[in-house]
Amino acid sequence: MLLREAKEILGAEILSGDEYMDRSVEVAFSCDLMSDVLAFVDDKVLLLTGLTNLQVIRTAEMLDLSNIVFVRGKRPNEEVCRLAKEKKMVLMGVKHTLFEASGLLYKNGLNGIKIEGD
Amino acid sequence: MAETEKTIKLEYEVGKEEFSKAGIASSNIKKVLNQIGIDSTIVRRVAIAAYESEINIVIHSEGGKIIAEISHDRIIIVAHDKGKGIENIENAMTKGFSTASNEAREMGFGAGMGLPNMKRTSDQFSIESSKGSDTIVEMIFNI
Repeated sequence: MLLREAKEILGAEILSGDEYMDRSVEVAFSCDLMSDVLAFVDDKVLLLTGLTNLQVIRTAEMLDLSNIVFVRGKRPNEEVCRLAKEKKMVLMGVKHTLFEASGLLYKNGLNGIKIEGD
Repeated sequence: MAETEKTIKLEYEVGKEEFSKAGIASSNIKKVLNQIGIDSTIVRRVAIAAYESEINIVIHSEGGKIIAEISHDRIIIVAHDKGKGIENIENAMTKGFSTASNEAREMGFGAGMGLPNMKRTSDQFSIESSKGSDTIVEMIFNI
């Protein structure tokens, strides 16, 4: 799914990286736990989260993950947006809850990641 | 190792509870690995492990350092912190087990995935710690 499609589906506001809306994402992962993001996520993933601190961007950076949607109307501060811009990341903000935002994307064909068993 | 082989050594201080700076060391290590042309899959694994250990120092210790040694055939990441130490390493290695503070949890950490993540991403993993002493985590990544 192209980021511009995800933006339309979610009615999202672009907070950073509007020049990269032609990027595509293959799957999505919704989570407020960055440790879990580090455990399960690869690149080409759209991350949906309610956390807006600097560690979200750092976590994404380590994973080469470039596309993040902030849910529940939360907005990151300028420092966070600046680091995201430097890392060429797309940040979007939506009013939906994490559940609703995930559901809307899923309904429109974006699947979740597969968790491998131990 | 051949005598002519160059080893790059990077060392970063990591401060206690410095949440806003957590990740700077790992980000720099990642940048250097990319610059010298290490395979991106390996770079990502090293970055995840270094970042988890950096976060652990911030959350759980009295401060410490992250050392990266890059040679022709492997990358070694050592996280050495001063402080409380780990009372029960087996518990600490269990997915979901955590003693992190509320502040750490608010930052999105303390899910109990840190040490298991470091072990998963590295080719060799060792941890030395006991209650009241330093903790030393060593992770080796084959190139």
